[in-house]
Amino acid sequence: MSFDVPDDRRYVESHEWALETDGVVRVGISDFAQDELGDVVFVELPDVGDELEAETEFGVVESIKAVSDLYAPVGGEVVAINDDLFDAPELVNEDPFGEGWMLEIEADDLNDLEDLLTADEYENQIA
Amino acid sequence: MPLQTPPLRGIHDDRGAKFTEFGGWDMPVEFDSIQTEHAAVREDAGIFDVSHMGQIHVTGPDATELMQRLTSNDVTRLEVGDSQYATITDEDGIIIDDTVVYRLPDEDDHATYLFVPNAGTDEATHERWIDYRNEWELDATVDNQTDEYAMFAVQGPNAADLLEDATDDSVTDLDRFQARYATIESVDCWTARTGYTGEDGFELIVPWDAATEIWTEFDCQPCGLGARDTLRIEAGLLLAGQDFDAEDDPRTPYEAGIGFTVALETEFVGRDALAAVAEAGVDEALVGFQLIDRGIPRHGYDITTTESRVIGTVTSGTMSPTLEQPIGLGYVPVEYAEPGTTLQVIVRGQSKKARVETTPFIDTV
Repeated sequence: MSFDVPDDRRYVESHEWALETDGVVRVGISDFAQDELGDVVFVELPDVGDELEAETEFGVVESIKAVSDLYAPVGGEVVAINDDLFDAPELVNEDPFGEGWMLEIEADDLNDLEDLLTADEYENQIA
Repeated sequence: MPLQTPPLRGIHDDRGAKFTEFGGWDMPVEFDSIQTEHAAVREDAGIFDVSHMGQIHVTGPDATELMQRLTSNDVTRLEVGDSQYATITDEDGIIIDDTVVYRLPDEDDHATYLFVPNAGTDEATHERWIDYRNEWELDATVDNQTDEYAMFAVQGPNAADLLEDATDDSVTDLDRFQARYATIESVDCWTARTGYTGEDGFELIVPWDAATEIWTEFDCQPCGLGARDTLRIEAGLLLAGQDFDAEDDPRTPYEAGIGFTVALETEFVGRDALAAVAEAGVDEALVGFQLIDRGIPRHGYDITTTESRVIGTVTSGTMSPTLEQPIGLGYVPVEYAEPGTTLQVIVRGQSKKARVETTPFIDTV
């Protein structure tokens, strides 16, 4: 089975993606991750204004069969969360790289993105 | 130890199934999505490969006595083609396993039984039967046929139509918990109107070598153990090793809410202990509950009073695909078991409000 791995963003080994736009890093989980989880039925996210440290837990995504922690790709302040997921968690399955995004972080250091996996490297990881 | 594989492992793999280890078997957990499979069973029909379930065959002059003394229900109530739900208990009345006992056609004028222990327990159960047979000097043959038979469950409101099409001889006249041999693709299959989903349906015990031919006769949604779990929780049915576990969470049938499987007028291992429990009553009971706050209850989460005093543990939980609500099962002191009682479930350190509900959570057959 092949999975989408857009090359406009970076990836974490724990299957989150990070997409930087104008200094803000949007975060979600990969197509591979949503497929592994199955039907997503619940997402727990931090509050806007929370400070996150890179590589630490920022929330939880639950499918019918599994609970999975979410890890921050970069450190910084949460400046937006995707409220739509509270009523429609299935967006994570339907559009993991788009409508199923989870939160936006104003990164302490955008250079940290360079330490994350490229699309090619992530594709090799899930192959 | 390598995992045992069902005869259709390759076919499931080709179909895109994901697999999980269950009771020492490598079984399909999901084909399309749990919600899709779950909905198919509630609204139409689905087929499950449950070949990980054990099959133990008991016959001979003392087969009835052996079954009677090792299962909690009354096997003498069974006519040929009947089946019953029962538990296997230890001397203390603790559930070791739950099982369905089928009475097969007589062999050599002797009542003959086939019973289905849970995945991974067939060898220990077979040994238990042999040990007690020898100790009691009974004349019965006990064969573990788990590797000789596959088992499929066709479940859902349209399951009977699918059986009607697949079998040479109609089986739709069978009542719930009745069974007979039916011919599918020229193969005799033990066909029982039983199941584990809360829906009408059939379970087929089929020769291992004929598994592919039989499976492909049913043109309906293939379902994995993931959907089987959400379906059975909605139906308030217990999962061995989770809702009772002789080692980790020892429970009597009365605590587990399946006191109807106990025939105290019969003599069986655990009977005296259970008679005492029946007399004294239970301190704790398995309840169903719905989470009112956002969150999903999972096996092992604490259940507390509204004052945050821990009083129990979640044994099973899920987001119910039918109700679209988080539901679960767990043991609590009987004073908290009344439907409508407010409790809390601790979800990752946070108290979530829950309400005790009557089970099954949905209407079942």
